[in-house]
Amino acid sequence: MPDPVLSLNRLDARYGDFQALYGVTAHVNEGEVVAIIGANGAGKTTLMRSIAGLIRNAPEAIAWKGQPIGRLRADQVAALGIALVPEGRLLFPSLSVEENLIIGGQLGRRGPWNLGRVYELFPILKERRNQQSTSLSGGQQQMVAIGRALMSNPELILMDEISLGLAPVIIKQIYDALPGIVGQGMAAVIVEQDIAKALSVTARVYCLQEGRVSLEGRSDTVSRDEISRAYFGM
Amino acid sequence: MEWLNAILQGTLLGGLYALFAAGLSLIFGVMRLVNIAHGDLIVLAAYLGLVISAGLGIHPLLALVLVVPAMAGIGYALQRGILNRTMGDDILPPLLVTFGLSVIIQNGLLMGFSADPQKLQAGALETASLSAGGLTIGVLPLLMFVTAVAVIAGLQWMFYRTALGRAFRATSDRQDVAQLMGLNRAHVFALAMALSLAVTGIAGVFLGIRTSFDPSIGGSRLIFGFEAVIIGGLGNLWGTLAGGVILGVAQAVGGQIHPSLQLLAGHLVFLLILAIRPRGLFPKMEG
Repeated sequence: MPDPVLSLNRLDARYGDFQALYGVTAHVNEGEVVAIIGANGAGKTTLMRSIAGLIRNAPEAIAWKGQPIGRLRADQVAALGIALVPEGRLLFPSLSVEENLIIGGQLGRRGPWNLGRVYELFPILKERRNQQSTSLSGGQQQMVAIGRALMSNPELILMDEISLGLAPVIIKQIYDALPGIVGQGMAAVIVEQDIAKALSVTARVYCLQEGRVSLEGRSDTVSRDEISRAYFGM
Repeated sequence: MEWLNAILQGTLLGGLYALFAAGLSLIFGVMRLVNIAHGDLIVLAAYLGLVISAGLGIHPLLALVLVVPAMAGIGYALQRGILNRTMGDDILPPLLVTFGLSVIIQNGLLMGFSADPQKLQAGALETASLSAGGLTIGVLPLLMFVTAVAVIAGLQWMFYRTALGRAFRATSDRQDVAQLMGLNRAHVFALAMALSLAVTGIAGVFLGIRTSFDPSIGGSRLIFGFEAVIIGGLGNLWGTLAGGVILGVAQAVGGQIHPSLQLLAGHLVFLLILAIRPRGLFPKMEG
């Protein structure tokens, strides 16, 4: 079995006094694509924000290639090669489309991704590159958010609800682009409401329920019954 | 002709006010910090110019070569060491801390330099003038104005055309997402404060050449700076220059009507604009 690049060891995460995650243990192997599913409020976004360093945790609770990173700031985590596509896209409104992409690459990490490659992946962004990022449609904004994360040439990309609020045809377009993103050895964690979609593009799946891991399994063998039990706790 | 002259002198004076205000505008734009000590930092820069120009026997404008980097260094250390700890959702802690800083700077200067008025000696530059069509323009006010325009243009270019400016705008938009891009907020904020105080260094030296100063005058410079920022619209640098000019012209025209009206006229115009356009004349576009 390959060594995991990312491992979570009994991660407890809180927002102030509110505890959102309880003893979450999980891992992502090199180049692996993992799905996180779960109902609203199950702690999926908290998990993403914890890994990315936006929520500070106990140092040992999150390990990157064996090194404890739970206490690092988000900019330090980003420098290690972990990029987050945040829920709600959260582009920089004062920056043009191209500037949003450029700032994603400002760490200067080497790798296959650059402006040209992102424009190849999402050609519409090249046409819109000088527009304000907020003038784009939701789907195009999501492409910018993904491109912005790719520009840092991450070894692990975290995608939080990238299909939220988008039309099915756009969702398909974005998911069709996914193999071109993770095909080159980049690991990915995908948080997704659409369970069928999540299972179809990932190797393994974790289900969260009220801050705890309620199911862990292979995406191609896990059954609908197992998922609905893990999802709703019934 | 007298009136035209008053407007002209006021416009040039507005350049100095814009220099007072540019640093305030910059840090408010980047990190929503209102720096109550800004006026006292201008005065501190004037004293720094005094010590350096008198100590080394050089022209105060040449002293800028040392004053500006020194102020930038102070700004970086101040932000990293103290002000970053006060930043958060609550705007009150930075207000209180910079207010305290203002008191400390004033009293520190009083201890070091006494309350006697001081002045930077700029020699012939202080009285040199150009005449054109019956109007007389002082070389010093003209130089201040040109410097202000250059500083604003430089800041504007930095803000919209450089990687540093991109980092400022991104951090201003969304601090946490900027952090995800590998930008350390503490460092970005400190760079903004360094730049703000570098401009303050220029403003302080010009202030010291133009008029005499003592440790207590920071407060009113802060007010002029604030008024220029608010008139122009928060976070808009060219607006800040326009705000400075409007304030300068209002004061000069008021002074022309009656000398006692000079300061009052500036404040009245400020209040008028605040009443009619609470967000200033050129508010920054919201995203």
